[in-house]
Amino acid sequence: MANQSQQHPTLTGAEILWATLAGEGTTTVFGYPGGAILPIYDALRKFPTIHHVLVRHEQGAAHMADGYARASGRPGVCMATSGPGATNLVTGLATAMLDSIPMVAITGQVSSKVLGSDAFQEVDITGITLPITKHNFLVTRAEDIAPAVRLAFQIATSGRPGPVLVDITKDAQQATATFSFEAAKPESYRPHPMLRADSSSIREAIELIKQSKKPVILAGHGIVESGAEREVIAFAEAQQIPIASTLLGLGAIPAAHPLSLGMMGMHGESWVNNAIQEADLLLAFGMRFDDRVTGNLASYAPTAKKIHIEIDPSEINKNVRVDVALIGDLKEVLELLLPLLPKNTDTSWLREINASKGSAAVRDIINLPDNGHLYAAHVIHDIWREAQAAGRLENTIIVTDVGQHQMWEAQYFKHEAPRSLVTSGGLGTMGFALPAAIGAKAACPDKDVWVIAGDGGFQMTAAELSTIVQEGLAINIAVINNGFLGMVRQWQETFYEKNYSASPILSPDFVMLAAAHGIAAANVSKRTDVTPTVTKARTSGKAFLINFQVEKEDGVYPMIAPGAALHEMVRRPQHDPLLETAEDK
Amino acid sequence: MLHTFVALVQDKPGVLTRVASLFRRLSINIVSLTVGESEQPDTSRMTIVCEAHEHAAHRIRASLYKLETTVHVDEVNRSEAVVRELCLIKVAAGPDSPHGLHSRSQVFELAQVFRARVVDLAPESIMLEMTGSASKIEGLIQVLRESNYTILEVSRTGRMAMRRGHHTSRVLKALGTKGIPNTTDTFDPDALPEDEVLPTEFGEHEA
Repeated sequence: MANQSQQHPTLTGAEILWATLAGEGTTTVFGYPGGAILPIYDALRKFPTIHHVLVRHEQGAAHMADGYARASGRPGVCMATSGPGATNLVTGLATAMLDSIPMVAITGQVSSKVLGSDAFQEVDITGITLPITKHNFLVTRAEDIAPAVRLAFQIATSGRPGPVLVDITKDAQQATATFSFEAAKPESYRPHPMLRADSSSIREAIELIKQSKKPVILAGHGIVESGAEREVIAFAEAQQIPIASTLLGLGAIPAAHPLSLGMMGMHGESWVNNAIQEADLLLAFGMRFDDRVTGNLASYAPTAKKIHIEIDPSEINKNVRVDVALIGDLKEVLELLLPLLPKNTDTSWLREINASKGSAAVRDIINLPDNGHLYAAHVIHDIWREAQAAGRLENTIIVTDVGQHQMWEAQYFKHEAPRSLVTSGGLGTMGFALPAAIGAKAACPDKDVWVIAGDGGFQMTAAELSTIVQEGLAINIAVINNGFLGMVRQWQETFYEKNYSASPILSPDFVMLAAAHGIAAANVSKRTDVTPTVTKARTSGKAFLINFQVEKEDGVYPMIAPGAALHEMVRRPQHDPLLETAEDK
Repeated sequence: MLHTFVALVQDKPGVLTRVASLFRRLSINIVSLTVGESEQPDTSRMTIVCEAHEHAAHRIRASLYKLETTVHVDEVNRSEAVVRELCLIKVAAGPDSPHGLHSRSQVFELAQVFRARVVDLAPESIMLEMTGSASKIEGLIQVLRESNYTILEVSRTGRMAMRRGHHTSRVLKALGTKGIPNTTDTFDPDALPEDEVLPTEFGEHEA
């Protein structure tokens, strides 16, 4: 035993935590100290390889860890104290859960002797986060910290990724134990017997692909999580299958790729959704047939056979019944399929889809002339063009909030690289963009990081402007300011007879708000000012905020009403001032 | 329809909550849930019976398997498994009960027919213990009620299930994976144990 303790140092639980995090490769932790986690913060100074980012609200810490993971592919780590600190993480954990983001959250907990006694700042955070984490742990002994944290990393990053929370009591942080990173390795991680695409299903899939005349690939987030971008492109090119993307699938396939159709679903373009409705085969790659993607299930892709390649067996037949399910890691399954399929050179289906783009493109806001008003779509289009002109497109990460601007971004910013769009898809968390961008910039300091947020969502987490300054991060912020909670207003306009109940929102002067934080800022309300100001922001080398004062009552089109079929889309109304001015000219 | 899942889970605090929480989240009502030690150390075996749509079984099974504390999950139906339930029934059988002094001997007779055991005798009551399929237990309770006995208390364990035979293919089968031959199950429908075929007039329509 004496020999063993010489080999393995005796450390406090707090030190064990940091040593384990460092061993797992963690270099950045986003957090906020408090009573029940003070021993951990006290030990931080002994671990100089780990940089701690002090946030302004724990929700920010969770979104930062999330943004860090989305931008880099490495698990994000956030930290908070017990009670309110822990509950403030909840929205961020749920956001990561819904989008399958690998993340480890560490929370302090009251001493094990008083657990369950409603002690000061005690909350049952493992109970609260049960349905919004992939797994969670309550650790009450110092010797259990390293195994729990190592297992947490393994769970967070394996299979379908997700957030894992480790709740550590204060006495466990203070007690001592011998530490060995190696010995704490998860023993035998439960193999997943379901992760197997069996040969008969593979055969059926190949038969369906061979017979198909009008196939469409539905490209989801799983492509990025699996790192299967190249395999998907190789598969699509060999079979000449067009690719429609989910919101989180954007960037997995370069937008400029000839087989890339763009985003499908509620705000997808007509040719994308029509192609899905007319398809005779859908190949769902790492996506989950979310309601925003399918529209009315009863009329979804009625003539299509469906092949679902998915790592999570519980997603099979959840929303859409599929003909063949190939369970497993997308990259591995595609590697299995690729050599078994003969090449296809028939491009008639692709030409048919491309021919249908014509009429839709004419009405596209991007192709309409400047009428003196500033439209959000123009702003986003110009941010994209500016990055492209500067040759920075593949080194630009756009982090959006949730709402109209998010959909305009998805429509008009053409993502060419994986992980170049960071957005809350599943949970749709307003307030996500600013903190997530801090995480993205911390993970990828050499990339240009843009926040695109509405005036509503930006105010939800605007306190993190201080974090940007304290960390000295050069993050560009585009506030798309229309004086409304725009998506709410659009739904009220469409479905609630323009009863704008609680959707007009007053904002502070964002330029002065930025100035109060020592952040340079500018107002833009004319199209001609957009590009020069964007260039100025991008090249300033510091944080820069642009307040884009845009058209107040603009809508995101096309749109599929909830419950409507995918092809029953609503286009920009004929009486829209933008269209009218276009006709005048 | 009723689905029966047999899950091997880690024996740790909070595991039951994780399973129960899953059913709550899926908005599926648990008909019965039993937990106890299994043959393996540090693992418990649960039998979960729930009422859900016919097509829900795969998703429930896969979702159960997603819980990090689950070792494995099997779905069994009545033909492939022995399903049993333990029930304790306390019946009023004192001199003041409707059947008066005869009540005790009649309860004894009923118990014998239903293969229940008398496990407690008190001046005012008799406690019966019965093991069997749910329908048999319901049969005994119904007979007691229809014979004007006052049932003071009923406590049931809920169903426990165990697949018949060696079922080495259980994991593969549980996945619903196609092309797995079902030959390793030594299931013989004629080999029902004697007490399984006891005649009761109260319908074996249990799923």
